[in-house]
Amino acid sequence: MNKDTKTYSAAGEVGSILETRSTFTRLKIELTKAPLTAKFGIFIIIVFVGLAIFAPLIAPYGEAEVFPEPYAPWSSNHIFGTDQIGRDIFSRLIFGARNTVGVAFATTILAFLIGGALGLAAAINRSYLDLFLSRTVDVLMAIPQLIFALVLLSIFGSTIINLIIIIAVLDSTRVFRLTRAVSLNVVVMDYVEVAKLRGENISWVMRKEILPNILPPLIAEFGLRFCFVFLSIAALSFLGVGIQPPTADWGSMVRENASLIQFAQYDLKAAMTPLLPAAAIALLTVAVNFVVDWFLHKTSGIKDEK
Amino acid sequence: MLPGDFGQAILGQAALPETVAAFRQELGLDKPAYIRYFDWALGAIQGDLGTSFSGRNASGADRSAEVVDKIAPRLWNTLFLASMAALIAVPLSLILGILTALYRNSFFDRSVNTATLTTISFPEFFVAYILILFFASLNQIFPSLANVDPDTNFGERIYRTALPAFTLTLVIVAHMMRMTRAAIINLLASPYIQMAKLSGASQTEIILKHALPNAWAPIATVIAFNLAYLVVGVVVVEVVFVYPGVGQLMVDAVRTRDIPVVQGCALIFAVTYILLNLIADIIGIVTNPRLLHPK
Repeated sequence: MNKDTKTYSAAGEVGSILETRSTFTRLKIELTKAPLTAKFGIFIIIVFVGLAIFAPLIAPYGEAEVFPEPYAPWSSNHIFGTDQIGRDIFSRLIFGARNTVGVAFATTILAFLIGGALGLAAAINRSYLDLFLSRTVDVLMAIPQLIFALVLLSIFGSTIINLIIIIAVLDSTRVFRLTRAVSLNVVVMDYVEVAKLRGENISWVMRKEILPNILPPLIAEFGLRFCFVFLSIAALSFLGVGIQPPTADWGSMVRENASLIQFAQYDLKAAMTPLLPAAAIALLTVAVNFVVDWFLHKTSGIKDEK
Repeated sequence: MLPGDFGQAILGQAALPETVAAFRQELGLDKPAYIRYFDWALGAIQGDLGTSFSGRNASGADRSAEVVDKIAPRLWNTLFLASMAALIAVPLSLILGILTALYRNSFFDRSVNTATLTTISFPEFFVAYILILFFASLNQIFPSLANVDPDTNFGERIYRTALPAFTLTLVIVAHMMRMTRAAIINLLASPYIQMAKLSGASQTEIILKHALPNAWAPIATVIAFNLAYLVVGVVVVEVVFVYPGVGQLMVDAVRTRDIPVVQGCALIFAVTYILLNLIADIIGIVTNPRLLHPK
């Protein structure tokens, strides 16, 4: 390979092209080129995922460990003080990452499994199935999601499993619409027709022919859906009908400690306590939004308006 | 995964099966679901939403109230809060949208954009508590609890609902303002705007006289859509500020599994939501009759 930049050599040029980049190198190059906001987003997401996975190792105390002093101030023993029955706020924040984010993540995945599979099936089989599914989705979407979730939770009761299933089903309507819309353009392609003629079954056509071609918008939607699911679960927990105590959860933590805000004039630190879990929710949502923006920019080439 | 049984819940684990059965019969819970549904739907059409489950107890005393009587006074409170938020939010977002379109890519435009993007990502209760911290706790300008009753006079009512209304405003302004800006900027690329520019019209004149009239359709749609969103946002905000509205009632009813009240509240929220979306569609068609003829 010719490293001399002053003279031109075809062999040198070809040689440098032949250097194949591994997926890792390409990822590294993409990341260094990413805008600051995306880097910030990725950093925050990695921190939160780390907290969620290693929660028991990082947290100084247990999730439901009760200490004698309720509403203790911020100190070296309890970094963010203790809550209304004396549990360490800092530890609960860390465990909250695991519970709140974990539940939201599971819900989003379930929503994508339901919505994605039905959307693909509706796009391929454009007969009574498509009609039936599309009208059902229209009906489900006619009622505001939070209200619908409240009704269903009052019927089935607020357990984590019910919460995940209810939110996932309500949210899969949006996934269904998107999947159906983007795959309608792919279904009419020649190679899909060929695969059908070849005698492949519907599951093969869905997974191997259509899915790879509609993946980028679905991944971006996954990020956005995660934000919405995360916010609605946080809202439900805040209302006291979502994730139930003693499980540490950011939404219910805000509610439990909300009264501390009244003492801002005397102890500003204590008044900040209920804002911490809320800020954690906001931070993660902003971070995911940043990354999704960057990803959309990369895959679809959407540019900002002039 | 068991469906909630109100009879079991109120009489406790130790209740005899016969007692629970009798209690269920009294509430009409022993009938099949479809018959109860049609009973309820028939009543709802005639303005009778049934009787609340709560107020009864094991001793047989019955102090339960009609769902309509529970909802009616609170509905007025909720509508008051929502319209107050709308009255602040709609003009504000229109002005901000037009200004950012006028001075786009300036420092003003970018800072408004960043600010609105952040408020979109924040949960409502976060915005609410930040406002409480600054305006009710650190500086005691507004009360942090919006407790109003029928005797509260109009001025006092506005003063007490100021913080909840601001919270709702912050949550919906972002979306409306961005859509207004996008709708106007979209139009600026059309040939007739170019023509106006070439004829020597000023930037302000172009936006107010040429772009805005054509942008009304998408803007009106987004406004109606966001007012529909207010309906949902109001639930969380009412709980934060302990405001006696329908949202608060519904959340309490969900916790005590008072199904008739939940049904009644959900009906009202859903009807408002659907009506506002319908109005959005109608405005869209009235301002742009081409939508009546799909290609």
